[in-house]
Amino acid sequence: MIGITAYGAYIPRARLNKQAIADANAWFDPSLNSLAKGERSICNWDEDSITMAVEATRDCLSALSDKTVDSLYLASTTLPFLDRQNSVVVSEALNLDNRIRTMDISASQRAATSALISLLQGNVSNNALLVASEHRRSKAGSRSEMLWGDAAATVSVGCSDVIAQYLDSETLTVDFIDHYRGEDSSFDYSWEERWIRDEGFFKIVPAAVNMLLQRASLKGSDVRHFILPTDQPRTPAALAKKLGIDTDAVVDNQIAAVGVAGVAQPILMLAKAIEAASAGDLILLIGFGQGCDAILFRVTDTAAKCAPAVGVKGALACRREEHNYNRFLSFNNLLERDIGKRAESDKQTYLSGYNRRKDLLTGFIGGKCRECGTVQIPRDKYCVNPECHALESQDDYRFADKTATVATWTADRLTFDWNPPAYFGMVEFDGGGKLMMDFTEVEEGKIDTGTKLTMHFRIKQFDTQRGFRKYFWKAAPES
Amino acid sequence: MASGIKDKVVILGMGCSKFGERWDSSPSDLMVEAFEECIADAGIERKQIEAAWFGAGIDTFNVGSSAMPLAIALRLNYIPVTKVENMCATGTEAFRGAVYAVASGACDIALALGVEKLKDTGYGGLPQRTRGVENDMYWPNLSAPGAFAQLATGYRAKHKLNKADLKRAMAHVSVKSHANGVKNPKAHLRREITEEQVLNAPYIAEPIGLFDCCGVSDGSACAIVTTPEIARSLGKDNLISVKALQLAVSNGIESSHESWDGSYLKTTRIAAQRAYDEAGVKNPKAEITMSEVHDCFSITELVTMEDLQLAEEGKAVTAVLDGTFDADGSNPCQIDGGLKCFGHPIGASGLRMIYENYLQFQGRAGARQLSDPQLGLNHNLGGFPHQNICSISIIGHYGQ
Repeated sequence: MIGITAYGAYIPRARLNKQAIADANAWFDPSLNSLAKGERSICNWDEDSITMAVEATRDCLSALSDKTVDSLYLASTTLPFLDRQNSVVVSEALNLDNRIRTMDISASQRAATSALISLLQGNVSNNALLVASEHRRSKAGSRSEMLWGDAAATVSVGCSDVIAQYLDSETLTVDFIDHYRGEDSSFDYSWEERWIRDEGFFKIVPAAVNMLLQRASLKGSDVRHFILPTDQPRTPAALAKKLGIDTDAVVDNQIAAVGVAGVAQPILMLAKAIEAASAGDLILLIGFGQGCDAILFRVTDTAAKCAPAVGVKGALACRREEHNYNRFLSFNNLLERDIGKRAESDKQTYLSGYNRRKDLLTGFIGGKCRECGTVQIPRDKYCVNPECHALESQDDYRFADKTATVATWTADRLTFDWNPPAYFGMVEFDGGGKLMMDFTEVEEGKIDTGTKLTMHFRIKQFDTQRGFRKYFWKAAPES
Repeated sequence: MASGIKDKVVILGMGCSKFGERWDSSPSDLMVEAFEECIADAGIERKQIEAAWFGAGIDTFNVGSSAMPLAIALRLNYIPVTKVENMCATGTEAFRGAVYAVASGACDIALALGVEKLKDTGYGGLPQRTRGVENDMYWPNLSAPGAFAQLATGYRAKHKLNKADLKRAMAHVSVKSHANGVKNPKAHLRREITEEQVLNAPYIAEPIGLFDCCGVSDGSACAIVTTPEIARSLGKDNLISVKALQLAVSNGIESSHESWDGSYLKTTRIAAQRAYDEAGVKNPKAEITMSEVHDCFSITELVTMEDLQLAEEGKAVTAVLDGTFDADGSNPCQIDGGLKCFGHPIGASGLRMIYENYLQFQGRAGARQLSDPQLGLNHNLGGFPHQNICSISIIGHYGQ
């Protein structure tokens, strides 16, 4: 048996109130008010498809007893690097074995489901991870801005402890251009929704699904969880009817809570469906884009035992209300903000120097002294313990999964930060070690000496001059 | 066993430029201004200077690298000139170089000059600058107030103080220094402020507000040093000598080892004890009659009072509020206005502090003259509380 063995999810904490978007834009397009229900997830300035992928995959790994990973595929149409394999950054941030197979899959909203099919049909020995992560930009005042969200989800494919057994899949490839984003564009260009519904969803999806169900000797009514990722609110139910699927089986795309997360949406919805499913439930997962992927899973009785640290429910619950549309525009470079002269300093990353400290910068690895047991970060040649000072005596010691406590802190309004004030401070790790580091996700008045922290892989700085961004770990108040 | 620096070297002359937003003055102009006063005070000719130490902190916004800017600005006679940079301890480092050279017998007369041009950046506060290729990759992008705000939270947590009490004591530190600065014609900020103003000012880095920060200024200060014998032979009496010169540099314990809790300056404690031992000071509170400390921020001065043993540990808030360090208190601190009113042209500050000692001991401090000061302590702290350099000099009457 092959199938899904675990899942993990990540939704950025910040949830932008949609009425705030409508209020700012209804002067131009009053129809936005009709979409102004609930909220959508938005990446913090220091989040992107890589950082979200790290979070979701970490969550997925937390549910696996055997954490030996065979491969890591990253699906997204919003990868920060066009030529520097993004999945390798995710892999190194998670300290996965450097002999695993990594791959970036992109260029379609079907990227994640297609990658999933190839993993399910491949010869997977250990856990093969598929992470889908999306941080789509949309024009200010667009319907997309209202309907989309940012998120990531990861599933593990394997043969033991399967929680959702793979039954079969079908793919139709059709160059149906509901939208596209060209090489030189920052934003999607899309065609009329009604045409997309009638000529796209209603024609292409049934063709694939009916072939699949027929081959499996199943009927539409057998499907207990029907996942159709789309930002069209009513289309999934309408399509379910056409397919003979009970409308109760339609998995809600959470448009009013998160927004549709592009390539991540099918995987996030699959995780959500498994999380809610009972043993024996049939899941039909669709990926739509230049055709259609349709995948059938049967939930096993092992599913109930799969307990990622966060999961979809946990990710939904970990939220912070955001009402400042302006901030969202700034974070997404939709506004040319005066960020001050302190922001002008050169942000060049010296790649050879970066490479030397990659274990610290990406892996968040410090040292533990073999002689005296002192845990320390950064790891330098001599042990920091004044009673020891042993030379080259430290073993790798990973801090990414450690909890910590604020020793000292401040909210710095002088230094440049994309989201001032800049919070940072001295962090003391449970189990030893301390580091002066940046904080993220801090809410005013909710940090003090003694606040508990967890560690998160985030963007440290953008080098806009050279199109580079560097990452490091930051401390966030425990959610 | 080393015998230390006490009374081996005396100050022959000193000079100090007017500190402030010297829009029309280049670093060279500032150097010349300090030097002209200094050499006239020393009563020697330029050609008698045998070696020089030049302190400048931030190359990018100042004079550039190397010792040449000093040699060229002062037209020094192809003598050895050494450029030193050790963050905020830079001025004292230049002085240490010159003093050690004379003490070693390598030369008879040496010059120390520090300068900094901070106001050519186009914005307020210290210049934004790199902390080094590797550090920039993972250090927070911390400003100086952001770094020293950590000291306030660390100190407050350690001594279980409430925010308001600590903030009020911090305010008193600034109010006191401004009251002193009014009386100093060379200070940058010369107006009194009230506790209410300090408390109501906007935060720069919580809990550090605008008036908890020292000024940002251009300036230069300069000293010529020699041996007591040569000073006498040049007709000088009332000699002012160096009693101690100490430096302590963090080795990573504060930033990476659990033994430091963020509530005090480890380097200051170490350098202070060494300086007291070198100067033969047994009871700092009774013997140090004036101090010029590194009040980059009010909290730094407050905590430094404990680290220098001028206040009991955990009791600086009370000592400050009781007026111990006010002009009329038992241990006046920043009688010249401090960094608070002079600003902190990095290369110059340490020498500016010694200049105030020198004036006070000679009875030349005008409206702010203390009555019969005996020993003056000068303290600089470069870097951040968790990783820094502390320099301490003790100056006094020669032979006493």
